Amino acid sequence: MNALRRHREMSRIWASDPGWRGWLTTVNHTDIGRMFLTVAVAFFFLGGILAMLIRAQLATPRSPFMGPEIYNQIFTMHGTIMMFLFAIPLFEGLAVYLLPKLLGARDLAFPRLTAYGFWCYVFGGSMLIFALVAGIAPDSGWFMYPPLSSTLGSPGINSDFWLIGITFVEISAICAAVEITVSILRYRAAGMTLSRMPIFAWYALVTALMILTGFPPLILGSLLLELERAFGMPFFQVAHGGDSLLWQHLFWLFGHPEVYIIFLPAAGVVSTILPVMARTTLLGYGWVVVAAISLGVLSFGIWVHHMFATGIPHMALAFFSAASTLVAVPTGIQVFAWLGTLWKGRPQMRLPMLWIVGFFATFVIGGLTGVMVAMVPFDWQVHDTAFVTAHLHYVLVGGFVFPMLAALYYWMPHVTGRKRFFRLGETAFWLVFTGFHGTFLLMHWVGLLGQRRRIDTYDAASGWEVINLVSSVFSFVMAIGFALILIDVIANAVTRSRGPRNPWGARSLEWAMPIPPPPYNFASLPEVAGRDPLTPDLALRLARGEGYLGTPRNGLRETLTVDTATGRPNGIVVFPKNTALPIVMAFVTGGIFLGMLIKVYWLVPLAGAGVVALALRWVWSLGHRSDRGLQDAGRGVMLPYASETDDPPGWWGSVFLLIADATFFGSLLFGYAFLWTVAPNWPPPEWAVVDPRWLWLALAGAVVAPLGIRGAIALLGWHGEPLPALVAALIGVLLLAGSAATILLALPDPTRHAYDATLWVLGGYALFHAALAALMTGFLMARSAAGFLSDRRRGEARIVRLWVDYAVLVTLAALAAAFAPGVLS
Amino acid sequence: MRPARLSAGARPARLSALTFPVLAGCTETLSTVHPAGPAAATIATLWWVLLAGAVAIFVLVMALLLLAFRAEGADDPAAHARQERRWIIGLGLVFPVAVLSALLIYGLTIGERLLPRAAPDLVTVQAEARQWAWRFAYPDLPGRSTEGVLHIPAGRPVDVQITSLDVIHSFWVPRLAGKLDAIPGHVNVLRLEADKPGEYAGISAEFSGVGYRRHRFTVTAHDEAGWAAFNAKAAP
Repeated sequence: MNALRRHREMSRIWASDPGWRGWLTTVNHTDIGRMFLTVAVAFFFLGGILAMLIRAQLATPRSPFMGPEIYNQIFTMHGTIMMFLFAIPLFEGLAVYLLPKLLGARDLAFPRLTAYGFWCYVFGGSMLIFALVAGIAPDSGWFMYPPLSSTLGSPGINSDFWLIGITFVEISAICAAVEITVSILRYRAAGMTLSRMPIFAWYALVTALMILTGFPPLILGSLLLELERAFGMPFFQVAHGGDSLLWQHLFWLFGHPEVYIIFLPAAGVVSTILPVMARTTLLGYGWVVVAAISLGVLSFGIWVHHMFATGIPHMALAFFSAASTLVAVPTGIQVFAWLGTLWKGRPQMRLPMLWIVGFFATFVIGGLTGVMVAMVPFDWQVHDTAFVTAHLHYVLVGGFVFPMLAALYYWMPHVTGRKRFFRLGETAFWLVFTGFHGTFLLMHWVGLLGQRRRIDTYDAASGWEVINLVSSVFSFVMAIGFALILIDVIANAVTRSRGPRNPWGARSLEWAMPIPPPPYNFASLPEVAGRDPLTPDLALRLARGEGYLGTPRNGLRETLTVDTATGRPNGIVVFPKNTALPIVMAFVTGGIFLGMLIKVYWLVPLAGAGVVALALRWVWSLGHRSDRGLQDAGRGVMLPYASETDDPPGWWGSVFLLIADATFFGSLLFGYAFLWTVAPNWPPPEWAVVDPRWLWLALAGAVVAPLGIRGAIALLGWHGEPLPALVAALIGVLLLAGSAATILLALPDPTRHAYDATLWVLGGYALFHAALAALMTGFLMARSAAGFLSDRRRGEARIVRLWVDYAVLVTLAALAAAFAPGVLS
Repeated sequence: MRPARLSAGARPARLSALTFPVLAGCTETLSTVHPAGPAAATIATLWWVLLAGAVAIFVLVMALLLLAFRAEGADDPAAHARQERRWIIGLGLVFPVAVLSALLIYGLTIGERLLPRAAPDLVTVQAEARQWAWRFAYPDLPGRSTEGVLHIPAGRPVDVQITSLDVIHSFWVPRLAGKLDAIPGHVNVLRLEADKPGEYAGISAEFSGVGYRRHRFTVTAHDEAGWAAFNAKAAP
């Protein structure tokens, strides 16, 4: 097979559906990456327009342009859109588009999940856009502090749009994070050990793990606040044993890692592009990896620095102040590693480099003001003033938007296959750069002069007039710059001037393919022997089929998985075909959220059942009814299909999804402990008491269920019939479900006290997981009966084992947390 | 850059248009850099120290960045270990750790000084926020309360016990001290002191809905005679 025939054959196998249908049914990461990026950029411009409205309002004192009712919606939506609908999805889009190409794979681990996440993002984002257009947008500020955001301060539907819409969007973040983690750990080129991974993959891995552990507290907080708003469960109402500070802890437990979730991908982009621009390699690769990991870890220890003014105990203040300054150390390591790289190489001021220089100048200021606000006494003065507004824009625009613009100009030739013809980019840079600093530098000073953030206007004699006018004028300069970038990108994308294949002389794998990239990425998969794998003849050798899996087989979409540490190939994955299942399932998922939002509660279980049915169909389509044994992977290597290994991709995906799930549960226990120890109006009117017989049933279930599922796996290994063991497992999880339900029955009125409400959530959580484990066990019975399981094909049973074990753990923990106080007192 | 003028009272200045407005801080009623009490003065000093340090570090980083484009790079693999030592361990690790440790010690020391500790001539008042007003009470003067104006003696430490009746607010008198949140169900204590008698502007600094901008109050610091008169008025 010659290179051209291989290209045609591969393109036929991997292509999306023709025409408009292709947009809805594609599961290809290049397509979905581009769609993610496009929608995220659209949200950026929408958020930018809101920013311009804010600056128009603040340009002059006593502006008659907007009243506070509208203004509060505008600034809330500006922050919400930029954080949740622009920054995180832009990272997801970039990672979805780039990672398989950088890692030498043909797609991400779960292509349909990528599509499902994307559509959840689109539908959830649409809810918020609808609210904005209809004039009923959230208006309590993007961090939604109750009681202001709860029924007391916001009786209308506005807050519900935030809580429900953002949670819907977060599904996409969790999906993408699971996807990215598993892809980086398993879907790499042969020979790409962890220490040979492209630096961006390290950053993306840390970011994805942070999303898995950072977002669950927010999802929990949103759930609790929505339960309070919809059903009167008083988690944040002090009179009934709640505490508004609980929200702040949950929110910032997410919110501070969020800042690094946004910054780390940008740092990964800088670490990737800067060495290429300096025609050298990154100085101190190992140090940079360690710095990224320690940033990720440290960022979870500093959430309280957003709450220095809430009356935190004095020793805790010292601890969090120290942690907040400590986080500057890994940032410093990265900054100086980049500077050293520039000194080591011969940097050229090409357009991506110009944006990186802009990033340095801006982000360093943001970092320095960050150290300032980590000083508790200083924070007491500038907290909630324009100083903080300026600081966070220096960090987020300097530390995220500018590197992303470097990425835009660096990878645009890859996406479009064209070189730049019009040279508007340099002009646009200077407009954005001067516009930005003109807008925000003096804003620090006006904050010190006492201008609070979020005020809708100010008095003529306040001494802030000139700075605000200057700010507003420069903000429009910046806006013109961004508009020019948009024009530049569109003009260059449609101009027919074909670019060279590797325009920057980079050494990473994404340039080892034709540009724009074909749907299959690599005609054959590369073998990697170093950190800079792209040699001049690599692209040609891959096109000729000299790598792995170079011969299309039975029209299947195949790629390799590797051992996580060594990069040794250990399996062949067959990806699913184009399908409308993800978009349909995202739509039906939307029914759950819509039902909650408009309080049509019968829609919620109906849509939930629809999601279950679709999910069963989704997983049913995987696997085979017969063993197929080892397959030729090319280059003389024989490998099994991943479905015939003990740890198929779904097992890895479940592990990381369970990490997010466990973080959610941990946050719930934290909330329970927090209310118990900190909230006034405790203890509750009465502790829950339980009939001990129920606990014996729970213990029986906790023994029978794990033994049953293990027995089924063992029976499969001995070519036996797993059904009896699966029936035992099913009985076990049903016993667990029954005992979880007793928590709900113990306290009939969840609106009475935050304790009662918390126990309902604990019980509901355990019940949900026991029911899920029961559903999975039942599914496994059907799969076994249909012949999908064998001694080689036990992976599905091992996946269910994870979920059964987890259900056991959380049910026992929930029962202990619910009933221990009643037993002890 | 440091303003020389420290005005005592809350006077709206009318000369703002004539002076260079950015640096002159024309109206300083809410200005943290025109302190009128020991807490605010300490923090203002901290700010100038932080600013000086930040400017120095920024200039250093920018110089290193721009000089990189002039330097003729020697990408010599033999020199990598030395480069890593110099850039990453020296500048990336040791330098920030040294600067940040010094800063942290300074910050924590100041923080200690601002705490509400026992003092012989301490006065305690209570501040209760609601949408969008402030009510102040005086435990030493039972039954006495004022709306929108907090009376304190000048030159004596004052502890403000802050709470809220509805949503979260924040008690902030920029020229006297930092801010502290008013949270329903909790009481937070803020130490402040006014050097001289006068009127000081206070505002709520936690977003609280449509009336947020107007959520103000005034602190009146009395001289000894004035404070005695205020106390006497309270007596039945």
